[in-house]
Amino acid sequence: MKKTVFFGALAVAGLAAGVAAAGTLDDVKARGKLNCGVTTGLVGFAAPDANGEWNGFDVSVCRAVAAAVLGDSAAVEFVPTTGKTRFTALASGEIDMLARNTTWTFSRDVDLKFTFVGVNYYDGQGFLVPKDLGVSSAKDLDGATICIQTGTTTELNLADYFRSNNISYEPVPIETNSEAQQQYLAGACDVFTTDASGLAATRATFENPGDHVLLPEIISKEPLGPLVRHGDNEWGDVVRWTLNALISAEEMGISSANIAELSAGTNNPEVNRILGTEGTLGEMLGLDAGWAKNAIAAGGNYGEIFAKNIGEDTPIGLARGLNAQWTNGGLIYSPPFR
Amino acid sequence: MSDVSFVRTDMLSEQEPPASSVGVIGWMRSNLFSSWGNSILSLASMAFLYLILSAILPWAISPTWGATSLAECREILHGLGREGHLSGACWGVIRDRWVQLFMGFYPSEFYWRPILTFILLFVALAPVLFADKVPAKLIWFSALYPFLMPWLLWGGSLWVPLAVLAGFVIGFLVHGVVSKKMSGLAGLIAGLVAAVVWWMFLAGIVSGALTSIIPLALESVESRKFGGLLLSLTIGVVAIGFSLPIGVVLALGRQSDLLIVRALCVGFIEFIRGVPLITLLFVASTLLNIFMPPGTNFDIIMRVIMMATLFSAAYMAEVIRGGLAALPTGQYEGADSLGLNYWQAQRLIIMPQALKISIPGIVSTFIGLFKDTTLVSVIGLLDPLGLSNAIRADAAWNGIVWELYGFIALMFWVFCFSMSRYSMYLERKLQTGHR
Repeated sequence: MKKTVFFGALAVAGLAAGVAAAGTLDDVKARGKLNCGVTTGLVGFAAPDANGEWNGFDVSVCRAVAAAVLGDSAAVEFVPTTGKTRFTALASGEIDMLARNTTWTFSRDVDLKFTFVGVNYYDGQGFLVPKDLGVSSAKDLDGATICIQTGTTTELNLADYFRSNNISYEPVPIETNSEAQQQYLAGACDVFTTDASGLAATRATFENPGDHVLLPEIISKEPLGPLVRHGDNEWGDVVRWTLNALISAEEMGISSANIAELSAGTNNPEVNRILGTEGTLGEMLGLDAGWAKNAIAAGGNYGEIFAKNIGEDTPIGLARGLNAQWTNGGLIYSPPFR
Repeated sequence: MSDVSFVRTDMLSEQEPPASSVGVIGWMRSNLFSSWGNSILSLASMAFLYLILSAILPWAISPTWGATSLAECREILHGLGREGHLSGACWGVIRDRWVQLFMGFYPSEFYWRPILTFILLFVALAPVLFADKVPAKLIWFSALYPFLMPWLLWGGSLWVPLAVLAGFVIGFLVHGVVSKKMSGLAGLIAGLVAAVVWWMFLAGIVSGALTSIIPLALESVESRKFGGLLLSLTIGVVAIGFSLPIGVVLALGRQSDLLIVRALCVGFIEFIRGVPLITLLFVASTLLNIFMPPGTNFDIIMRVIMMATLFSAAYMAEVIRGGLAALPTGQYEGADSLGLNYWQAQRLIIMPQALKISIPGIVSTFIGLFKDTTLVSVIGLLDPLGLSNAIRADAAWNGIVWELYGFIALMFWVFCFSMSRYSMYLERKLQTGHR
């Protein structure tokens, strides 16, 4: 009988939602909270601390969007999603955006009907091997046993790579990353393969990280970025340009340290446009003029976020590499704010 | 010849039993080494135990309680001259995160609420579990507990659970009045309709009005904040509480003479038993989302609880049907010959015996259900197992596996073992046979 109440309430809530589902931006503003999908836990990218506060590289994107839209970087409801539930959570509207180290692929964009608003981390699949194995290239891995997570793109990439190089391997299927670490350390497989950022994080936890090497080959392109649903371009623009604001801020030298000073007005018109002292960019997005300023103030610019969560001073210790600004030879590039 | 006749004049004092049959040695002789075969088995078991303990204990006894990261654990162990991958446990992670493993993301200023709920759970269970040791009046508290528990855990206005409770009272009153004037069936239907009308249309308005007059409310806590053992216990306790009555009804329905009732019950039971729980959980987390209008906020924990309840109710029905089948036909005929109607016979004769026979099966189903709650980690809810992954994602604790799993196993073991011991106690208490 209790269920009846439930379905009654549900039907009413559904009707109300049908009316209210005008645009995600308005929904978020009305709710006063951003529902942001993250992983259930990935080192450096998203993890709750002992007090239940979420931190990480992907989490910072959520916080920046919340700061841009609502002016409060804490107004985020983090919804942990698994690899299996992430897309339905986004498609069904349970979350407003997904920032869960998700690779931008054709089928996800076109077939699953999501809009990837940009790339916040260029990753690629690599190999981790023990030094004693004496291997210096992935092409020497003929006949190796390889620990690999089942049901991921990494599994398919690996098959493609070995087939195209005409060498054989023996897969050791494993379910989770922590299981992979245990199997690899126990010697159940010669090689562990996953995204290079994950390998670096894994190696950092080993007793003797120096005994293991990352092979130079990166066998796949894994552009990771936040995504939203197809069909709500205003909301997509908000997320896209929030990410671009973080990237441009690094390029223009706007950081959390000097943002207060710069927002008083500078000689650089683009900086002024980003920080809302010139032009009406915020208004065009449907946000207030200080949107980008809030987003940058939330966790710093792209470079600061990178350094704080996964950079070389953290235990994970990733170099900028492909993720350096285009001015430094990387791929991180934001369209102009004009 | 001398006189050799001898008559003992005093009793010999009792001698101590031989040293080999008392004390530790005696116990060992009779219990461990009573025959060649047993001696070999005992020695083999001891060797096995030694092997396991000698591997685990040196690892587990590790002075790393105060460490704040895996690296610090390794430093401490290194300082003691212990090297290697599994040279010692890193217990710092448990010290750092045990509160989180118990409470999930529940706001720390409200920790008293789940704790109070948990304590009251035992008060509410006492009249059911230990009926002969507590005052009978306490059963009223047990009846109120299902309304108190969600209010304490989720917060919000006290008037909402009270309004839901009022629905039952209204339904009951209408049922009483109508069934006196008309037939019992009409009373049942009228009571049901009155309760549903109240819940659907009036309860919300009345509770809203009362809240605005006397705001008796606790700060509300969203379902997303539930995690860790709190989440497992919430799902487990609610699903256990609902699955037993639903299971009884299904078991009776399956034995019913009414074709439609029987077909419905059989269909439900066989469908649910034929589908893995994990499938039902995915339906709860993803499919329902797609079917429902966008933006509908149908609480994820509620969805999971419903699925877990339905799942275990189907199993429960079959366990209880086993109990019913074990009763001799004479019991049914005896009930009929006393002139008891169907419900009286069930309540007074059939169910007490059938449930007693089914106790081990029922408790096994409960234990299984409680452990199955860990499956919710696959749909992104952070139960203890899901949290262990989230904790490993903290750069300080990345790489820690066995300490977390061991701690989680211990938490679950305590609950499952208590349930199992209680079922044994209950079986002994209800034992009426002559064995």
